[in-house]
Amino acid sequence: MNMIEVKNLTKKFGEITAVDNLTFQVAEGEVFGLLGPNGAGKTTTIRMLCCLISRTSGDARIAGYQLGNGADSLAIRKLIGLVPDNVGLYEELSAYENLDYYGKLYECPEAQRKERIEYFLKMLELWDKKDAPVSDFSKGMKQKVAIARALIHDPRLLFFDEPTANLDPESARVVREFILKLKKEGKTIFINTHNLDEAQRICDRIGILKTKLLTVNSPEELEKRVWGSRTAIQVEKMNNRILAAVKKLKPKSLSVEENRIILTLADPQRENPDFVKAVISAGGRIQYVTELTAGLEETYLKVIEETK
Amino acid sequence: MRLSKAWIVASKEFKTFTKRKTILYSSFYFEGVVSIGLPFVIRYIAGKTAGAVALPILLSAFSFLFVIGASLLPVTIASYSLVGEKVQKSLEPLLATPTTDEEILAGKSIAAFLPAIAINLIGALIFTTLVDLFTHNTLNSYYFPNWDIVIVVLLLGPLACLLAVGYNVLISSRVNDVRAAQQLGALILLPFVAVYVLSETRVFDLTTNNLLIMAAILAAVDVVVFFLAKATFQREEILTKWK
Repeated sequence: MNMIEVKNLTKKFGEITAVDNLTFQVAEGEVFGLLGPNGAGKTTTIRMLCCLISRTSGDARIAGYQLGNGADSLAIRKLIGLVPDNVGLYEELSAYENLDYYGKLYECPEAQRKERIEYFLKMLELWDKKDAPVSDFSKGMKQKVAIARALIHDPRLLFFDEPTANLDPESARVVREFILKLKKEGKTIFINTHNLDEAQRICDRIGILKTKLLTVNSPEELEKRVWGSRTAIQVEKMNNRILAAVKKLKPKSLSVEENRIILTLADPQRENPDFVKAVISAGGRIQYVTELTAGLEETYLKVIEETK
Repeated sequence: MRLSKAWIVASKEFKTFTKRKTILYSSFYFEGVVSIGLPFVIRYIAGKTAGAVALPILLSAFSFLFVIGASLLPVTIASYSLVGEKVQKSLEPLLATPTTDEEILAGKSIAAFLPAIAINLIGALIFTTLVDLFTHNTLNSYYFPNWDIVIVVLLLGPLACLLAVGYNVLISSRVNDVRAAQQLGALILLPFVAVYVLSETRVFDLTTNNLLIMAAILAAVDVVVFFLAKATFQREEILTKWK
C-alpha cells in the first residue's frame, strides 16, 4: 500500500512556481529522501503534504486521505508527525511540558501520554532533565525533544525537514540512529535533507528536486542510471598498445587517469573479462580491477548540473 | 470548533505566563497603580474643602481607567502569546497538529482575555472598596457601586479587551519581535485615553447613556476586528506571509 501518492502536485506563490508538477509515491514502511538545493521546494512539498499550505493544482493522498479536503486534513494531521527544520519548542517550558502539551493536542489519552513521554525521554537520555526548561538544552537535546514531540501520538508517517542540520557530528549520529530505529519499526519516513551521506545511509529511495522532480530511485540505481556501470583497470604502466587494445572493444566511454583505465560498460559482468584479456594480450600487467562507485554526492551534483 | 482544544491551547499559555515574570509584572503594574494608588489620591482630595463637589466628576473619570486597563492588559499577554510563538518558530509544529485555526485562535484569545478581565475585575473591586472607605464621610453616601462602574467593568472593559486581542492578532502578522508588538499594540489605548482626557476636561461627560453608546460602538468595531483577525489567522497566511 502506498502511504503517500502524489500526482502532478504544483504550488505557486503568485507568479513564482515553488513546486512544479510533482508525481511520486512512497510505500508504507519506506524511507524516502528528498534532496535538492536551497529554494528547490523541499519544505513547500512537506508543508503541502502536512496540510499546512494548500496546493495550487494536482492531487495528493496520504494513507488514502485526500489533501485539501477539510475533514481529511484533520485526519491526515492525526496520523503524521512533523519535525520541522526549526525545532520550535516552547523554551520556557520543560521537555515534559512540551511533550505533554502536544500529546493533548494530538488527543492521546492521559495514561498513554504519560507512558510515551517517559519512554521517549528515557530512550533519548533526557529523563533526568525532564523538568528543566528547554532553553537550557543544547541544540542536539532540543532536536531530540522535537523528534519525541513528533512521535508522541505514535504516527504512521513521519516528516523530517533537515533533521541533522546545524547539529554537531555526535548529535547528528544520535538522530540518524534514531531514524534508523524508526525505520526498523516500520514507520514510513519522508526526509528532506542536504546531507547526501545521510540520505544514502537512511533512505530506501531518493528524489532529487529542483522545483521539478528530476529523478526518483534508490541511491544505488540512481548512481547506475546517471553514471552507468563503471569499471577501473589499474595497470603497472600504461602505454598506447594497451589503450588501442581497449579501444578496439568499443566501451561506452573510456578515460585514462595515469595508469588507470576507466570504462563505462553496458554489461560489465559480460564485458569485463574481454577487457581484462585485451589488456593482458597487449602486455599490460594488471594490478587490480574494480567496480567504480561515484557516491551520491557526485551523482546528485551531476543531476543538478544537467538542469543548468 | 472544539472548545476543549481551545482550552488546551489557553492552558499552555497560562503556564507560560506564570514562568515569564515580565508578563506578570506588567500585568499587575497598571492595575496596582489605579486600584490601590488612586484611592489615596482621592482620599487626599476628599480631605479638601471643595472635595464633595470635585469628587463625583473625578470618580466618574477615574472609573473609566478600568476600560483603559482592560485594553492594556491583553496587549502584553497577546504579544507574547502570538509574536512569542513566531519568534520561537513554534507555529509550524503547532499548526501540524489536528487542531483547527479557529481553535488555536480561540485558545490564544481566551488566554489573553480571561486573565486581563480577572485582573481588571479584582482591581475594580479593590478600587471601589477603598474609594467608598475614603469618601464616605465627605459624600455622606457610598459612591460605589453604581451603574456606571458596572457598565465600565462588566461591559465596556470586556469589549475593550476583545478589541485589544483582535488588534494584537492583526499586529502579530506584521511584526517580528515582542517589544514592537507591544509598542504597536499600545496604540489601541489611544481612543480610550482620548475619551478619558475629554471627560476630565468636561468636553465629554461619562454619563450612563454615553457609556452605553460607547459600548454599542465598541461592540460593532469588535465584530469587524474579529473577522479581520480570523481572516489573518489562517495557517497558510501564517506560514508564508507572516513576516
